[in-house]
Amino acid sequence: MFRNQYDTDVTTWSPTGRLFQVEYAMEAVKQGSAAIGLRSRSHVVLASVNKAQSELSSHQRKIFKVDDHIGVAIAGLTADGRVLSRYMRSESINHSFTYESPLPVGRLVVRLADKAQVCTQRSWKRPYGVGLLVGGLDESGAHLYYNCPSGNYFEYQAFAIGSRSQAAKTYLERRFKSFNESSREDLIKDAILAIRETLQGETLKSSLCTVSVLGVDEPFHFLDQESIQKVIDTFEKVPEEEEDGGEAEAEAAAAPAEQGGAGDQDVAPMEM
Amino acid sequence: MLLILWGVLIQFTIPIDNGDALKNAEADSQRTLYPYVTGTSIVAIKYKDGVLMASDMGGSYGSTLRYKNIERVKAIGKHSLLGASGEISDFQEILRYLDELVLNDNMWDDGNSLGPKEVHNYLTRVMYNRRNKFNPLWNTLVLGGVKNGEIYLGMVSMIGVSFEDNHVATGFGNHLARPILRDEWRADLSFEDGVKLLEKCMRVLLYRDRSAINKLQIAKITEEGVTVSQPYSLKTFWEFQAFHNPTAGAQGSW
Repeated sequence: MFRNQYDTDVTTWSPTGRLFQVEYAMEAVKQGSAAIGLRSRSHVVLASVNKAQSELSSHQRKIFKVDDHIGVAIAGLTADGRVLSRYMRSESINHSFTYESPLPVGRLVVRLADKAQVCTQRSWKRPYGVGLLVGGLDESGAHLYYNCPSGNYFEYQAFAIGSRSQAAKTYLERRFKSFNESSREDLIKDAILAIRETLQGETLKSSLCTVSVLGVDEPFHFLDQESIQKVIDTFEKVPEEEEDGGEAEAEAAAAPAEQGGAGDQDVAPMEM
Repeated sequence: MLLILWGVLIQFTIPIDNGDALKNAEADSQRTLYPYVTGTSIVAIKYKDGVLMASDMGGSYGSTLRYKNIERVKAIGKHSLLGASGEISDFQEILRYLDELVLNDNMWDDGNSLGPKEVHNYLTRVMYNRRNKFNPLWNTLVLGGVKNGEIYLGMVSMIGVSFEDNHVATGFGNHLARPILRDEWRADLSFEDGVKLLEKCMRVLLYRDRSAINKLQIAKITEEGVTVSQPYSLKTFWEFQAFHNPTAGAQGSW
């Protein structure tokens, strides 16, 4: 993206009708490490890649429990993500307290989106630099939403955000039609496989990823390292047997170029 | 007499330095001290298909039976029924709160809807918060409903005491109807048996509660929705010998 004279303020429109500050905020989401979400009729799985600042430090937490029936995975400015997670927890618990009933995910997501929109229309604020994958369960079934810094939100069967997420999205695009009927185990396996796509050939180890599940009779919780490793072992045993493995590497190489391409002046990311 | 007792209970004195009359003028004027127009008991039971709730249509002004056409049972949203005894104006205020709640719920237009459990808990919060401010809504509320096959029946009092049960009664019903319900309620009552049971309770209340009138409504809520019956009267019998000459054995003729 080129610097230009309309991008200083979030309250300044460009002549082509764009808010550059908001688009730059969405760039920040692409810089964060990958986060993936997928859902079936009864379960939602959220997974993320563990990125650490250095070998000395621990990795950043990217998946948060909002309530027994809602979890969120973030990509981008994790500090903004932490603050928004706290807001979501607060909304959820206030609803539970007043109505003794879980907050419907769809309503939480709208409140979150409205909060993000406020920051795109105040001269003394900046947009949140974080994308949120909100997964949850309510009366109407399992849901996965993506909340954008722009204040938009979309519902997905499966989605990936963050760096090298295109590789994961391609994998998911091939398989998403079957997700609704997937078993819990298959869903988890697909999530881990999607994570593998974003690693660009690096060997997948359970220490590199965090996986969380929630479902109809299963409150939100993280899978422990052992369980993740077990799933990895079922497909990592035979290294290059799957066509997918070879394809994934080629795609992963193309991914960085694609990410740069998406930042073109012609396509406003807000509209995707 | 009971009304005055309540009034006395609530009206305890707070020492105020009257030199500050201007500043403290509001201190006492914003609290509910006693009710004015009141409804008497509500009796409600769970039955096979949902909940049955009975109430009479009277509004008493102290000891005068002033209003005889007050509906004390109302439908809330698609899934709930609310009955109230106590101050009628406070009941109307609560209906306004719930109207707003249901409206906002409908505006979401997202396939989620408020069930009886949610409404009951919301009311509990409202009643308890008002009680904490020493400005209660002077009602005992009965909340019944059916949602997704689950039958729900609960009660909230003016001080925020809240619970669920298979059968509930307010006011005089606590003393006169509950024993009958405890003996005769069973799970899976048919609609006809449920109505008979409620009428039995209401008849006792009619004979013994001086603020009851012989004009009652029975409301039913099932998965399909709410129906409130037309007002009707119960048959009563006054030809007992003892009633013919009530002062005959003056020492305790009742």
